[in-house]
Amino acid sequence: MLKIEGLTVHYGVIPAIKDLNIEVPQGKVVCLIGTNGSGKTTTLKGVSGIVKAKAGRILFEGKDLTKVDPHQIVHMGISQVPEGRGVFPDLTVLENLQLGAFIRKDKKAIKSDLEEIFSLFPRLEERKNQLSGTLSGGEQQMLAMGRALMARPKLLLLDEPSMGLAPIIVQEIFKIVRRINEEGTTVMLVEQNAKMALSVAHYGYVLETGEIVAQGTVNELKNDDMIRKIYLGIH
Amino acid sequence: MLAQQIVNGLTIGMIYALIALGYTMVYGILKIVNFAHGDIFMMGSFFGLILIRNVGLPFVVAFALAAVLTALLGILIERLAYRRLRFSDRIVPLISAMGVSIFLANLAQKLWGSEVHTFPKVMEIKTYTIAGMTFSTVQLLIFGLSIIAMLGLHFFVNKTKIGTAMRATSISITNATLMGINTNMIIMITFAIGSALAAAAGILVSIYYDAVYPTMGYTAGLKAFTAAVLGGIGSIPGAVLGGLILGVAENLGIAYIAAKYQDIIAFCILILVLIIRPRGILGKKEINKV
Repeated sequence: MLKIEGLTVHYGVIPAIKDLNIEVPQGKVVCLIGTNGSGKTTTLKGVSGIVKAKAGRILFEGKDLTKVDPHQIVHMGISQVPEGRGVFPDLTVLENLQLGAFIRKDKKAIKSDLEEIFSLFPRLEERKNQLSGTLSGGEQQMLAMGRALMARPKLLLLDEPSMGLAPIIVQEIFKIVRRINEEGTTVMLVEQNAKMALSVAHYGYVLETGEIVAQGTVNELKNDDMIRKIYLGIH
Repeated sequence: MLAQQIVNGLTIGMIYALIALGYTMVYGILKIVNFAHGDIFMMGSFFGLILIRNVGLPFVVAFALAAVLTALLGILIERLAYRRLRFSDRIVPLISAMGVSIFLANLAQKLWGSEVHTFPKVMEIKTYTIAGMTFSTVQLLIFGLSIIAMLGLHFFVNKTKIGTAMRATSISITNATLMGINTNMIIMITFAIGSALAAAAGILVSIYYDAVYPTMGYTAGLKAFTAAVLGGIGSIPGAVLGGLILGVAENLGIAYIAAKYQDIIAFCILILVLIIRPRGILGKKEINKV
């Protein structure tokens, strides 16, 4: 579904990612793990067009995204939950969710999808008229995910959904990621929390300073000595 | 006497508010002060004048058409003078704005001369006295149209899909883009609305003072900027509140201190706000560099 070929992104003269090759097959969860500054977020930003590629191609259903306007990429079926969640704090929860469906015109289906999001995240319904800036971190993460789902994406990009959240909330969020995937949405997940990421993914890539240093199925990665030691903390 | 001064102050305050809305909306989204906005107001006024006096259109048609033309001018200015500078240091678009301002004032002078034009008579001027206060038909027109424009804007920004997208864009252009919003389009719409409101203000004030001239945008622009800062730049209700307060303060100053201090009062307010409460009455706290 998504195929990243030789992607290179620079910030000024500094390369953030170099010659990256990643594939996300339809219906799967693919994770990118790595430490701070390894280029995970930059990769996602490249896919959603927020940063420009210096070299390489990003093929989505055969079309090269590096030549598409960023807002059009959303219309093509890719939604991103950005790093830090990116909720609009001065807008209500409901307005945030409605903006998620900005690209859609099917009012009836939007309404029923909204009900579905509320059943997936009941907390959001309780707080729908509250300004989203007043939500807790976990609730904001749920809102950002709900908002991205309101676009009915084919591919959902998740940037560090566990960031800054209590372990119990992280568990809950990842349960929902699995459920979203089981309902048919392909997911590309970026995480520092390798253990959680590998618990939901089918396939994974390990990034270090902008380059892929390991890749494989989740089982292969879980049994890799280097990954066990550095990313999972198992000796 | 006092009540009458307040009425007169609110009248001119409405004009300031209409112009201030354009400043505040553009600042809200791009975080730049569009210093050409006063000249956009002046151009709107000339468009109205030409369409009524030279083309002979009826007032309502000329008013609407002038607003549309000015909106297009605003869009053109954004496209030519600001878009490429969107990611530059904030002082850069500021300089560009001043350039546009000088250009427009000189263009108007070249096209229509530097003299003060009188505005054609568009309505029967009558006065009504209510509870000791005198209202002219022009004042009532200013009140009526301004209030309609402000309520319309309020509804648009808070209740429509594009308005919500506009608020989202003003919070974060990047995150708005991730919603599939064409933020360039939103920015264009913002300039169009701000410029159309400035044109409305320009035509109304030209009728009120019976004067149209190329440098009229200079003082009016600075006053409206003061109003936007006073109310809290970036805040739409703030712009209206700031405009009204400024208009009333100026008129009370004229009545009780001296008429020649009119401009000094506005700029004293600007300086005081910047020293005491830089974010203005309704503005949000943030750290600003320019």
